[in-house]
Amino acid sequence: MSKDAGPGGPTMAETTTRIGFIRNEGRRLMDRWWQEMTAADAAGRPTAYVFVMGSLDEILRVFDLPINCPEITSLQTAVRGRSLEYLQTAEGYGYSPDICGYVKADVGLQLKDRRHPNGTVPKPALAIATNMCNTYIKWAEIWEQMYHCPVFVLDLPAWRGGDAAPRLDSDAFRNDRRYVEGQLRDLIGLCERLTGRRFDIDRLREAMAEVNRMAAAYHAVLALNRHRPAPFSAIREGIVFQGISNLYRGAPEGSRFFEGAAEELRERIHLGMGTLNEKYRLLLTGTTCYAALKRFAELFEEWGGVFVHSTYMVFAGGGFASDFAYDVSRPIESLAETLLLSAWRGFSTPMFYAQDWLAETVRDWSVDGICFHGVKSCRTTSTGLPDVREWLRTHFDIPGLFIQSDLVDPRMWSDAQLKNRIDAFIESLAGRRATGSNEAANAAR
Amino acid sequence: MLVGGVDVGSTQTKAVVMDDARLLGRAIVDTGVRLTDAAGAAFRRALQTAGAREADVACVIGTGYGRFRVEFGHAQVTEISCHARGAVYLFPGTRSVLDIGGQDTKAIRVSETGQVLDFSMNDKCSAGTGRFLGAASQALEIPLGELGPLALRAKNPVTMTTTCTVFAESEILGWLARGRKTEDVLMGVHAAIASRSLSLLRRVGIEPEVTFTGGVARNVAMVKLLAELTGVPLNVSEESHYCGAIGAALYALDRMLVGAEAASGGGGGPS
Repeated sequence: MSKDAGPGGPTMAETTTRIGFIRNEGRRLMDRWWQEMTAADAAGRPTAYVFVMGSLDEILRVFDLPINCPEITSLQTAVRGRSLEYLQTAEGYGYSPDICGYVKADVGLQLKDRRHPNGTVPKPALAIATNMCNTYIKWAEIWEQMYHCPVFVLDLPAWRGGDAAPRLDSDAFRNDRRYVEGQLRDLIGLCERLTGRRFDIDRLREAMAEVNRMAAAYHAVLALNRHRPAPFSAIREGIVFQGISNLYRGAPEGSRFFEGAAEELRERIHLGMGTLNEKYRLLLTGTTCYAALKRFAELFEEWGGVFVHSTYMVFAGGGFASDFAYDVSRPIESLAETLLLSAWRGFSTPMFYAQDWLAETVRDWSVDGICFHGVKSCRTTSTGLPDVREWLRTHFDIPGLFIQSDLVDPRMWSDAQLKNRIDAFIESLAGRRATGSNEAANAAR
Repeated sequence: MLVGGVDVGSTQTKAVVMDDARLLGRAIVDTGVRLTDAAGAAFRRALQTAGAREADVACVIGTGYGRFRVEFGHAQVTEISCHARGAVYLFPGTRSVLDIGGQDTKAIRVSETGQVLDFSMNDKCSAGTGRFLGAASQALEIPLGELGPLALRAKNPVTMTTTCTVFAESEILGWLARGRKTEDVLMGVHAAIASRSLSLLRRVGIEPEVTFTGGVARNVAMVKLLAELTGVPLNVSEESHYCGAIGAALYALDRMLVGAEAASGGGGGPS
């Protein structure tokens, strides 16, 4: 690329470009993770199965236990266009079509000798679940029955109290924290027995410090999308960010990835290389449909609709709230505290009590409209979406589109119907813009 | 200046020809499997009823699921935008629109200019749509046009437990096998659809005046039930079936008068 960057900016001849870093490094890290999974399986290395919310990877890294994230492997079957065969394997075994698509794709994977389009996942030596998603515990019990592995269930009580923010100085919060600290010590004991290794608290501090570094870089990445035009798509690049933030949590490569990603995005902004043809800035609530990932984005992009943020990038992107930071001088206590806060935010902020977070994001990311994507096989992320949409419409006049398909099930994707709804929504956004409704609504917020 | 609107729906294709904002001609044909042919046939018939020639029409907009198959059209606009626009044309006081079509039911909240403010549609299922009545018509061997008047004779309507179009036939036969009268079963069918439609309307907010559009708006039982459920009288026009095509023609008129931006609900269409 020889193009001059513009007045005052560096020329490409003067700098080393970071353009392409996210794609290339993201792919390299994902490939490496799959190679490690496949090698762990071949060597019979103990592996922990974890979920993206509450993975406790910080503790597992102390014991050099590699992690498998079945939510990610399940969605990858869909991205590769292969989810149906895994879903049907699980359904043929007796799982109902109504059950979470992630669960069924994973059960299909286990029944297919853990062979995935990207490699092979090892058997679990340990499974960790939390109550952050109501499916996690039953899902982990499937592995327990299949492999007779121990299942550690972390009970996080901090989400009680609805949308009331927990007070860190309250007796209730202190009691909750002590309760979680006790559970974390139980997990440490379990890992010691499983691996035959002693717990090293300094390694935990190192991992937590690395997570702090990643969280800071992750926030920088998200904040860069406030720029017009947005330098990345919360669907296209967003899936890479979610993958790396979970699989490389606490690892220096993960932190470096997000630092490099922020550099690339700054360069994109500098070069005017934002998302192409941005006319409407959109916010996605819920997940995308991974079985039609590109198509989902295209249906909006053909109108110039760009997703600048998503709730999933918050609650499934490492749980990195805006003030996320471990205090490594008191690691167990801080880990417990942060888990409690993440649980409260995971449940309350972008999920069940999303309205305030969404309204703030609409304001801060200059969003024109929100797409509420209901997932047929996920009650957890879909419950309440119409109510939140209604609340935002009546209180802030924020336009919202409600559509439905699934996480990974291509049978739930109805292209003509979705296109019709999306086209109509964009037409209505265009109409609002033509009459100045958006500006009026933004001014009123 | 003549303009045209062609609404290629899942069941029927409707076309209108308008002179400025005056409806000159209209036609309706079954859509079948050849969407382009249906669009052409409906438009030619609409031209005949208007006494006009194709060359006289300055602009045609396609709408409906088959809008991209209106190959002689100049642009496409979704039927959501078109029904909103058409409803305000037919009844200027319209603020809420309910359209029950062959496979879709949509509730729309509109501005005084016919701009879509919000909309809600049935999910990936034809429950609560016109197709549900089609299944009843088939199961009971009663023409569609006679369903409404017969249902109004019901004294003791049944409660349909399914709104699944596929299962409707077996449930209808089940009620008949239990000795229930045809009109009571039919009213149950209508009530099931009306109930689903009411939920959609509530999602966008029921704001008078409410205009009922689409083919099912010709069904007297459905009009009565919906008026009872919403608590407001429903606007129903003789031209309700053509509402989407009328809206499309009005967007065609915009396109000629103020440019392409306004011709797709203000958007200009996919880039």
